[in-house]
Amino acid sequence: MTEILGVPVAVLSGQLMLGVINGAFYALLSLGLAVIFGLLKIINFAHGAMYMLGAMCTVLIFDAFGVNYWVALFVAPVIVGCFGILLEYFLLRRIAGQDHIYSLLLTFGIALILQGVLTNIYGVSGLRYSMPEVFRGGMNLGFMFLPYYRAWVIVAALLVCFATWFMIEKTRLGSYLRAGTEDSQLMQGFGINVPLLISLTYGFGVMLAAFAGALAAPIYSVSPVMGSNILIVVFAVVVIGGMGSIAGAVVTGLMMGVVEGFTKVFYPEGSAAVIFLVMVVVLLIRPSGLFGKEA
Amino acid sequence: MANATTQTDIQQSIIQQQKSEQRKKQILNLVLLALLLLAPAVMYPVFLMKILCFALFAVAFNLLLGYTGLLSFGHAAFLAAGSYTTGYLLSNFSGLTTEMGILVGTAAATVLGLGFGVVAIRRQGIYFAMITLALAQLVYFFFVQAPFTGGEDGMHGVPRGHLFGFVDLSNNYAMYYFVLAVFLGGYLAVQRIVGSPFGQVLKAIKQNEPRAVSLGYNVDRYKLLAFVISAGLAGLAGSVKTVVFQLASLNDAHWHMSGEVILMTLLGGTGTLLGPVVGATFVVNLEYQLAQGPLGDWVDPILGGIFVLTVMAFRSGIVGEIQNFMRKNMS
Repeated sequence: MTEILGVPVAVLSGQLMLGVINGAFYALLSLGLAVIFGLLKIINFAHGAMYMLGAMCTVLIFDAFGVNYWVALFVAPVIVGCFGILLEYFLLRRIAGQDHIYSLLLTFGIALILQGVLTNIYGVSGLRYSMPEVFRGGMNLGFMFLPYYRAWVIVAALLVCFATWFMIEKTRLGSYLRAGTEDSQLMQGFGINVPLLISLTYGFGVMLAAFAGALAAPIYSVSPVMGSNILIVVFAVVVIGGMGSIAGAVVTGLMMGVVEGFTKVFYPEGSAAVIFLVMVVVLLIRPSGLFGKEA
Repeated sequence: MANATTQTDIQQSIIQQQKSEQRKKQILNLVLLALLLLAPAVMYPVFLMKILCFALFAVAFNLLLGYTGLLSFGHAAFLAAGSYTTGYLLSNFSGLTTEMGILVGTAAATVLGLGFGVVAIRRQGIYFAMITLALAQLVYFFFVQAPFTGGEDGMHGVPRGHLFGFVDLSNNYAMYYFVLAVFLGGYLAVQRIVGSPFGQVLKAIKQNEPRAVSLGYNVDRYKLLAFVISAGLAGLAGSVKTVVFQLASLNDAHWHMSGEVILMTLLGGTGTLLGPVVGATFVVNLEYQLAQGPLGDWVDPILGGIFVLTVMAFRSGIVGEIQNFMRKNMS
C-alpha cells in the first residue's frame, strides 16, 4: 500500500497536491479571462501582467507600509482592479468597435510595458515575501504532509471561484452581465449603463488575476516576469475548456493542474509540455473544447 | 450616344490613371533596388543583412495577418526551426554546401508549419492566436531540452561555408548579395502570391469568411496553404539568419520574437507589401540604437509603448498611412 505503479504514495500524493494548487491558479486566471471575454469579446493578453501586479503589490505594500497578508489579499486586487478599470476607460474602450485582433495586441503591448518597467526597477531575480505566521507548518495526514498554507490556497481559490459563480448566476448584477454577454445593444436599449458594466467587468476579471497573484506571493518567486509563462499555459487551458461556462473554466483549470502533477511524477521532462499536448489532442478530437458550445 | 462616349472616356482615364500609378510604383521599386544594391558601400553589411532577414520574416508573417486575416502568435517557432536545422546541418556535415543547409532548414519549418496549421485552423480569431502561441511554447520547450540545440547556450560557430560549393560566404559582401537575392526572391514570391487568384481568395477570406465559404471555396484548405507558405518563408529567414550570424539561439524561439514580428508588420503597415520591410527596418534600427545608448534596458517597455501607440493612433501603419494620405490628396 505504500507504492502505486512503483511510486511511493507520499510522492504521488505530494505531487498531486502541488498539481491541485497549480490547478487552482489556472482556474482563477482562466475564470478571469472567461469573464472578460464573455462581455468584452476580447482576450486579455495583459492577464499575466495583472497576476504579476497582484503579487508585486502584495510584497511592496508589505515592505513599504507593513500591510499584513490578510489586508493585502483584499487591497492588492482592489488596487490592480482600479488600474484595470483605468486601462479599460482610457485605452480599450477607444478601440472597441475595431477588429478584436487590435485589442489583443493592445493588451500585449500593455503587458510588455508593465513587465519591462518593473524588471528595470526590481530585476528578475524575485522578491522575498515571508509567509504569515499562522500558516507556518502543516499537518500529517498519515499518507502525506500537508502544509497549512497550501491547504488554504486551495480553499481560498475554490471559495472565490464559487463566489464568482454565485454572483454571475444568482444575483441581479450577474443577470445583467449574462444578458450583456448575449446582446449588449439590446440591453443598452433597456436603459442599462453598458459602458459602466463593461468597465466593471474588466476590472473584476483583472481583480481575479490579481487575487491569484496575491495568493501566490508567499509560495512562488515574486518577480516581474512571473506572469508571462503562466499566461501561455492558461491560454492552453482556456482552449481546452472553452470559454463558454464558468464551471468549465474552473474544472478544466484544476484538471490540467492534476495532469501536470502526475506527469511530474512519471515523466518529469514532459511536465512543462503536457498541457500543450493535451490541447493539441483536444483540438484534433473536439475542436470547440471540452465545455465549448461552438467553434 | 453621348452617354456612351463619356463612359468610355471615364474607363480610359481610369486605365490611364492605373498605368501611371503602376509606373510610379515601378520607379519606386527600381530606386529601392538600387539603394539595396549600393547600401553595403556606406553601411555595415552585417547590420544590413540583419534588417533583410527580419524584413523577410515580417513579409512572410504579413502574408497571414495582412492578406488572410490570421493572427499567428507563434511565428518564432518557424524562425527557430529553420535556424536550428540549418545550424545543426552546417555544423555537423562539413561537406554540405550552404544552400543545401538553408533548403533543408526551410523544409523543416514548412513541415512544422503544416503541423501547426492542421491543429490551429480548427479554431478562428482570438483562439487561433492563443493556439499558435501555445504550440510555439511547446516547440520552445523542445528546443530547450533537445540534445542538439545546445540548450540555453545555443549553437555557436556555425560555418558560413561555400555557396554552391565555390562562392566563399565568409566574405561579408558575397554574403550580403546572397542574402539580398534570397530576400528579393521571398518578397517577389509573396507579391506574386498576393496578386494571383489564390491571393484574391485569401483576401476574400480576410474580408468575409462566411461569404467565401458560401461561394464554394474550401476556406480551410486555402488558410492551411497560406499558413504553410508563411511558415516556410519564416523558416527561410531563420536559416539565412543563422548563416549570417553563425549562431542559433533560444531567442529565436521565444514568444518575444513572435511579438516582435507582429510589431514590425503592424507598425510598417499590415496588408501592404512594403510595410513589413519598413517596419522591420525601423524596429531593428531602434533596437540597435537603444542598445548603444543609456536606454539599453528599456527596449521592452519602448516596444510595448509603440504597440499601444500604433494600435490606438495609426492602425494602418507607416506605409498604410502614407498610402491613405496620397490617395486623399491625389484625387
